[in-house]
Amino acid sequence: MEATSHAAAHPPTATGLPTLKVGFWTFLGSETLFFGALISTFLVYKHGSVSGPYAHEVINIPLTSFSTFVLLMSSLCMVLALAAVQKDSRKGALLWLFMTAFLGATFLGCQAYEFTSFYHEGLTLQSNLLGSTFFVLTGFHGAHVTMGVIWLLTLWFQTWSGRIGSGDALKVEVAGLYWHFVDIAWIVIFTVVYLLE
Amino acid sequence: MASRSHRFLRLLVSLSALGSLGACASERYPQTTFQPVTGFGRIIDHLFHGVFWWTMLVLVVVFGLLGYILIRFRERPDSPEPKAVYGNTVLEIMWTVIPALIIVAIAVPTIRGIFQTQEAAPKDALVVEVIGHQWWWEFKYPSLGVTTASQLVLPVGRPLDLRLHSADVIHSFWIPRLGGKRDVNPVRAMPNGEKPPHLNHISLTIDSVGDYPGQCAEFCGTEHGAMRMMAIAVPPDTFDAWVKRMKAGQDTAALSAPADSLALRGKKKFLSSACIACHTIAGTTAMGQVGPNLTALGDRWSIGAGMLDNTPANIQRWVLHAPQIKQGIIMPGANVGGGGMPPTGLSASDAKAVAAYLSSLSAGVAPKKKTGWAIETTTTH
Amino acid sequence: MATVEAHAPATAAGHRRTGIWDWITTIDHKKVGILYGVTALIFLFIGGLEAMVIRTQLMQPDMKVVSPDFYNELFTMHGLTMIFLVGMPIAVAMFNYIVPLQIGARDVAFPRLNALSYWVFLLGGLFLYSGFFIGQAPNNGWFGYSPLTSLQYSPGLNMDFYALGLQILGIASIMGGINFITTIVQLRAPGMKFMRMPLFTWMAFVTSFIMVTALPVLAVALFFLTFDRFWGTNFFQASAGGDPILWQHLFWLFGHPEVYILILPGFGVVSDVIPTFSRKPLFGYAVMVYAGALIAFIGWGVWSHHMFATGIGTIADAFFTTSTMIIAIPTGVKIFNWLATMWGGRLRFTTSMKFAVSMVAMFTIGGVSGIMHAVSPADLQQTDTYFVVAHFHYVLIGGLISAVISGLYYWYPKITGRLMSEKIGNWNFWLFFISFNVTFFPMHFIGLLGMPRRVYTYAPELGLGGWNLLATLGAYVMGVSMLLLAWNLVRSLKKGKPAGNNPWQAATLEWATSSPPPEYNFAQLPEIRGRMPLWDNPDAYDERVWKEPEGGVHMPNPSYWPILTATGIAATLILFMTHLWWAPLLGLGWTMVCVFNFAFEPAG
Repeated sequence: MEATSHAAAHPPTATGLPTLKVGFWTFLGSETLFFGALISTFLVYKHGSVSGPYAHEVINIPLTSFSTFVLLMSSLCMVLALAAVQKDSRKGALLWLFMTAFLGATFLGCQAYEFTSFYHEGLTLQSNLLGSTFFVLTGFHGAHVTMGVIWLLTLWFQTWSGRIGSGDALKVEVAGLYWHFVDIAWIVIFTVVYLLE
Repeated sequence: MASRSHRFLRLLVSLSALGSLGACASERYPQTTFQPVTGFGRIIDHLFHGVFWWTMLVLVVVFGLLGYILIRFRERPDSPEPKAVYGNTVLEIMWTVIPALIIVAIAVPTIRGIFQTQEAAPKDALVVEVIGHQWWWEFKYPSLGVTTASQLVLPVGRPLDLRLHSADVIHSFWIPRLGGKRDVNPVRAMPNGEKPPHLNHISLTIDSVGDYPGQCAEFCGTEHGAMRMMAIAVPPDTFDAWVKRMKAGQDTAALSAPADSLALRGKKKFLSSACIACHTIAGTTAMGQVGPNLTALGDRWSIGAGMLDNTPANIQRWVLHAPQIKQGIIMPGANVGGGGMPPTGLSASDAKAVAAYLSSLSAGVAPKKKTGWAIETTTTH
Repeated sequence: MATVEAHAPATAAGHRRTGIWDWITTIDHKKVGILYGVTALIFLFIGGLEAMVIRTQLMQPDMKVVSPDFYNELFTMHGLTMIFLVGMPIAVAMFNYIVPLQIGARDVAFPRLNALSYWVFLLGGLFLYSGFFIGQAPNNGWFGYSPLTSLQYSPGLNMDFYALGLQILGIASIMGGINFITTIVQLRAPGMKFMRMPLFTWMAFVTSFIMVTALPVLAVALFFLTFDRFWGTNFFQASAGGDPILWQHLFWLFGHPEVYILILPGFGVVSDVIPTFSRKPLFGYAVMVYAGALIAFIGWGVWSHHMFATGIGTIADAFFTTSTMIIAIPTGVKIFNWLATMWGGRLRFTTSMKFAVSMVAMFTIGGVSGIMHAVSPADLQQTDTYFVVAHFHYVLIGGLISAVISGLYYWYPKITGRLMSEKIGNWNFWLFFISFNVTFFPMHFIGLLGMPRRVYTYAPELGLGGWNLLATLGAYVMGVSMLLLAWNLVRSLKKGKPAGNNPWQAATLEWATSSPPPEYNFAQLPEIRGRMPLWDNPDAYDERVWKEPEGGVHMPNPSYWPILTATGIAATLILFMTHLWWAPLLGLGWTMVCVFNFAFEPAG
């Protein structure tokens, strides 16, 4: 969702902030409510499953801690990627954008592994409340991560073909806002789903 | 020419007068909310009157001001140029604080009323289970061993505990003269065999004998508009006699022996056809649990839970053509299947006999008027 | 719909399209506003027709004009139409056209996103209606309570149209909200501080915040319903431990802020119109702003007043009773501020002003019945009866629609360059005002005398045939009054008196430019120094404001990616109906192709 740039000289904005960033923060506001409703539902139904499998039977905290760490590190890479773009370091930008996407994809790989192992243990969308709430909540989150990885790879290609320089740092910054949001959402989900009893 | 504000005020006042006049006549408005016969209903009515008069005060002030403004400050050739006024702190504080005080005056008795109307029923209250189905009401008296449908017979002067749940979708139990409505919700399965959280219930005591109609008040599908019921409040000894006659059928051979041969033929036909798969008549071999209990059907205010007036001809019609009369129900007709059952194939004369039998069933309590309430009534007031 | 072409100056650069291509590829906020407005008005007439059939069925007891099933589709679609296809889009239409003009901007912050919102809305509305063509329109009320909406109790396609159609519409609203918030924050002209913006723009701002936060909650609820129906999840499945009441909580968490989405724009219109025709500034401007924001904020804390009969428990009942009563205070303050604006003024009763004044009066009646609802034990008699129907029609028709019509009469000259007929407008107003009250005032009685809502008929024994007949006759006359409005709108396009820039001698910026405005809105603007620029500083606003400067004004190119992307978004959801798990992914793929093109399209 990119702003159209008016004319050659961008007219100054009333706040001095870039318009794309303001719009994107607003979008993140709506996403907060979206995930908030999903997380609240999970919490409300946490102990309501009438039949198994139950959470303690299936969740694997070591694996999920690892994937959480991976996602956190990817946010660090995103910060480094933005810094590189702002400094016009093409090599740095390529490296860190790639690392962010790679770690994001690794997270998705862990999710895929976890989903299939749950499935084999009998936890499905239809099996019970846990199945429905877990897969829908983490599924939507995973879909957001997937969109983010695609976005990052697009930025990587643009950087590689020379179409992103320090003047376009805003585009990377906005991608970074999205990525960090997705990461923070995961921290909350991880806490609520895996850690809280 | 009367000014706009005067005309409107006159209209408002005369309509309110009309409305309140009419509200007093419960014979004219049998589902009026203004003539409660229970303490529960009276608490509500009292609260309503409180808020009504406060809000009338607000309306009078606002409309009075508006009327004055529209006349006084209307543009005229000699109107002065208006002075620019941006605010007035004193006024603004006043019209924030005064409404806030009115709100408090309304809120305090309201909160009290919330707790009063949801107190637990006393231990000796008569428990009645109200079960909502698409599109009929079932009533069970667990302590008395009685089940009935569509017509709720209740003793006057005795604390009652109506416990509400649904067999399918959300309905709402509303008999206006008995008080406010409560939703009838499906029961959630609970983990580890825990008991479900409290069922909705209404505790009340009826103080006047009478017939009190009501209907479902939460949209529940095709025939929501036809999901109606009638509560009949009777003196305690009449109630006990009714209970005895409803139960008597369970202990002895027949509830009330049908007198004539048509009815006898109908009884035989009924008890040997598919009807008994879904319906129960106390004291017979009909013990189906799917559809409404038909014990004492002859007393009922309607046939088909609100579709037809209770006459033998209508019962015959219902038995033959129920799916065509009440859309979407699972009862099969003579030519149309329903609820996984094939068409009954009953002939018109069979149905006439069955109707005579069912009409003869009585437990002694019926509404004063047995016609005019149903969807397809042919009699009017 | 042709604008007055002579007033639209040519603009420099870019490919300009003509005729229908112009409208399909436009990203001009004014044209997008007109698209929204015309579409919403067409849906208003369709929703009104549905109401006419409903009222005909209810004219007398036991009528058989329509079957129970069709009746249920009618009232469901009437509600969905009026709320999602009229109330919200007509507000967005006005935001679109007027807000950039009022803040001195060239367009909204994201013009292509703006066009995209419109096309998504249109496709969502068409999809929602397509159910009628196969006799399976949504039929479980606009509020669609579980478990009635589950596959078990609604095996047909009706609720699929509902869940997926509303999902599409919600996306359009969220995008619109993001756009308007950003526009108002970012694109105010120099000197246009927040506390100098017209009240209409302020209400647009607050409404946009509500849209951005409430619609996602509905989206989650609709996803739960969709997954329950299509994939067998258990969100509302009581047998698996699910709670059908969860739907009510999620729906009303959206639904109550939704009604403030509907009414706040109306408050905004009236707050601009009344000062203009009183020739006095708005009384208590700052308080009006804060009250609006407060209403939006508190509006998040009252949702379970729609659930007083559900059995949420005494503590919850007490809490929501209190919060609902509290929200009456800032609302009441607004009423008094409008009265005080008129006090001491020089009142000119144009048609716009008549509708604005009647809004104040009718909204007060609706607000007062709302206070009655807030008394939760009393609400046990009122909820789900015609008393509620009276309440919300007073606030939505007496409130919102009166304000919208006031806004139409007010801004029509700015949009088209011609005035609507005051003579027809007078008939329009009085017919509307009287018939509206005749239709809906009796419903207060009908409800408290025992008639529930959403019933396809009622017993003659209830004694309500007379009142219902009166309401139906009123409804027919309302239909006539709306035809008068339509006639006035259409006829005045060609026959209306030319308006000039500022026919009402109003104070706000949109009146400084030509009628209709040039594509670029303003050539230049002096620095804004107050809330009523054209009253404070009339000489500063002359033809330099709108006359095309040397060399023209560069405007961004039109684009067909908005409409194409809209097809992708709609397709992603509609393809659920195939019951093939991979079909929505195809739609998603097409959407991403469009989004890529959208993102990388040169702005021009």
